[in-house]
Amino acid sequence: MHLLELQNLKKYFATQKAVDDISMQLSEGSIFGLLGPNGAGKTTLIRMITGIFYPDSGEILLKGRKFNPIDDVRNIGYMPEERGLYKKMNIGEQAMYLARLKGLSKADAMARIKDWFVRFEMESWWNKKVEDLSKGMSQKLQFVTTVLHEPNLIILDEPFSGLDPVNANLIKDEIFRLAKKGHTIIFSTHRMEQVEEICDHIVLVNKGKKILDGTVHQVKQQYKDNVYRVGGHILAEHLMTPIFRLVDHKADHILLKLDQDTMPNDVLSHFIRQGVQIHSFQEVLPSLNDIFIKLVEGTPSTRQFQELN
Amino acid sequence: MNKIALIISREYLTRVKKKSFLITTILVPIIIIAFYAAIIAITVSGSDEKQKIAILDEAALFDGKLPEARKNLELSFIKQETEQSFTGKYKDQGYDAFLYIPAFDIQKKPVVTLHSQSSASLSTTVTLEKLVNSTIRDKRLMAQGINPAALESANPDISIQNTIDSKDGSKKAVAGVAYAVSFICGIMIYMMMLIYGTQVMRGVTEEKTNRIAEVIVSSVKPFQLMTGKIIGIGAVGLTQFAIWIVLVGMMQLAIPLIFPDIVQQAQQAGNNAEAAGAMGLAGTVMQGLSALPIGKIVFSFIFYFLGGYLTYASLFAAIGSVVSDDQQEAQQLVFPVMMPIILGFVIMSKAVNDPNSSLAVFGSIFPLTSPIVMMGRITFDVPAWQMILSMVLLIACFIFFTWITAKIYRTGILMYGKKASWKEMMKWAFRKS
Repeated sequence: MHLLELQNLKKYFATQKAVDDISMQLSEGSIFGLLGPNGAGKTTLIRMITGIFYPDSGEILLKGRKFNPIDDVRNIGYMPEERGLYKKMNIGEQAMYLARLKGLSKADAMARIKDWFVRFEMESWWNKKVEDLSKGMSQKLQFVTTVLHEPNLIILDEPFSGLDPVNANLIKDEIFRLAKKGHTIIFSTHRMEQVEEICDHIVLVNKGKKILDGTVHQVKQQYKDNVYRVGGHILAEHLMTPIFRLVDHKADHILLKLDQDTMPNDVLSHFIRQGVQIHSFQEVLPSLNDIFIKLVEGTPSTRQFQELN
Repeated sequence: MNKIALIISREYLTRVKKKSFLITTILVPIIIIAFYAAIIAITVSGSDEKQKIAILDEAALFDGKLPEARKNLELSFIKQETEQSFTGKYKDQGYDAFLYIPAFDIQKKPVVTLHSQSSASLSTTVTLEKLVNSTIRDKRLMAQGINPAALESANPDISIQNTIDSKDGSKKAVAGVAYAVSFICGIMIYMMMLIYGTQVMRGVTEEKTNRIAEVIVSSVKPFQLMTGKIIGIGAVGLTQFAIWIVLVGMMQLAIPLIFPDIVQQAQQAGNNAEAAGAMGLAGTVMQGLSALPIGKIVFSFIFYFLGGYLTYASLFAAIGSVVSDDQQEAQQLVFPVMMPIILGFVIMSKAVNDPNSSLAVFGSIFPLTSPIVMMGRITFDVPAWQMILSMVLLIACFIFFTWITAKIYRTGILMYGKKASWKEMMKWAFRKS
């Protein structure tokens, strides 16, 4: 079952089609990567999902029902890219305040905050102020306040920026744990290696439109270039064949691009027929980074304003 | 609605718990009252030490009879000395100063000298001057065959009472007190609107630049956040006032306990002729206050404070939502909002002098200036229709402003980067949601 379903969402601003007819589905317990260059419309899309903006047209369905920003507050946790906390407020009180705004009772909020503070080793922070925290520390606090009310849908915008590897792993583990418990996570970032590591499903938006949608595996299959890495004692005379051509030559392996009709086994049997010893043979899938650049390239790196109406 | 309560309590508690709140709320009135008490103490008591003063009366002005003891002055006559011979001695004989009255014609002006080691205090000089003058006056009167006591008893000492004959019965008009109360009320509303209005603006800008607004707006409606902030800060203002009133009341009770001397001296002074004027003033103030319609003033004060504060706070919130961290930007935008407040203050200071002038009437009805100006007229009978019109317009203005500023706020608080222009703000304010 889909936790969240977006149907033909549109949001136009005075000078931009920020979100232009985007539809997608998110299944429960999945980690979903929302990718796109700067100004692609990700933040606007997220703001519609969190109920900050109303879409101009289109539907948002949460658990199959029409999304209602007021009643569904408990179901959504949002961590914006730019961190937002009251600098001069007590950390304990702040966590409490944000939890209660989400509708938790005082006792419930207290129990959960204590639990999370212990888990993240933040017990001693209670009476400190946010201005006393380092960037990474306030990031942890922000993450805690985002997930405290155990929302079905957790939206994280660049959650790892400013975190050292140890703390990044801590948060990463929590993301996996939450997904396993059935929470759905939307993860918005520019860091493709993190997407490959964490996400099950990705959507790429550019200029307000969805240009890619699928699981990481599907996307890689879709954009693969039929390139194989072959390790072995291969000489130049072994490459005289029309079924592939050499892409790159390295000390211990070569990269071959296969002809459209060529099957991997054809390559193997070609080398075997030539009496070449093959140590390794592996398909090279494009990285998400490559796919991202390939798809977004050619569009202006910053979005231009346009006159609507 | 429960969420608004949460926001209000946060806005309220974070401010009230701050050290600066405690300091300004508790220390300011203490300092003012301590200052005030110190002035009274100094005026009333003068120096504590008794001054020993010798009188060399060559004119036989006092006829060898020591005049009645004056406060802090111990007088005694010196005989068989001249001014010159005694100048070198009085200090060794334990006198602080000596008064030399040469022989003179009673109808002419004598040159009376007070010798002292350092310059004599003003109160000593004044007391001695009065003593000498009244004695000479009495002598001159006697020379004309007039009994000074008879003249004293013939002195009428009347003050005129002004009675206003209006429909709701005659009241004592104590114009000075009414004027002061009006002016103070007007200034207080003016200050409250400026101080707490700018606090709202800063709070909104802080939320915007910290990006916490985005987190909170995903939990509550922007309108709830805005009204919660405005009400919370307004409550801080009311709390501050309540504390001040209680503190002032307590001080008035506590001063006699802490400094019993002052009160005693004030009472003694009251018996003396020279202090009677001051005590009479206090009496007039008390009388004037009791003549004022206190209930009406308190009600209007609270009404106009709330109405004025709420009207302007929503404007300040809208401005706070469109500026970034840049203080200069905020200054530019806030200026047009400050203008009517300052204008109100100017009209108010005219209105207390001339409460029924057309400018004062206009100012007290026009909703952007009415909170300040109406308080300036409040102690002078304001016709009921003007009062009602002014209140209705203020409420209408508050609702209208809240409605349009909420729209500006909602858009502004999520906009980053550039400052919005007035044109853009107007567009946000009047577009359909």
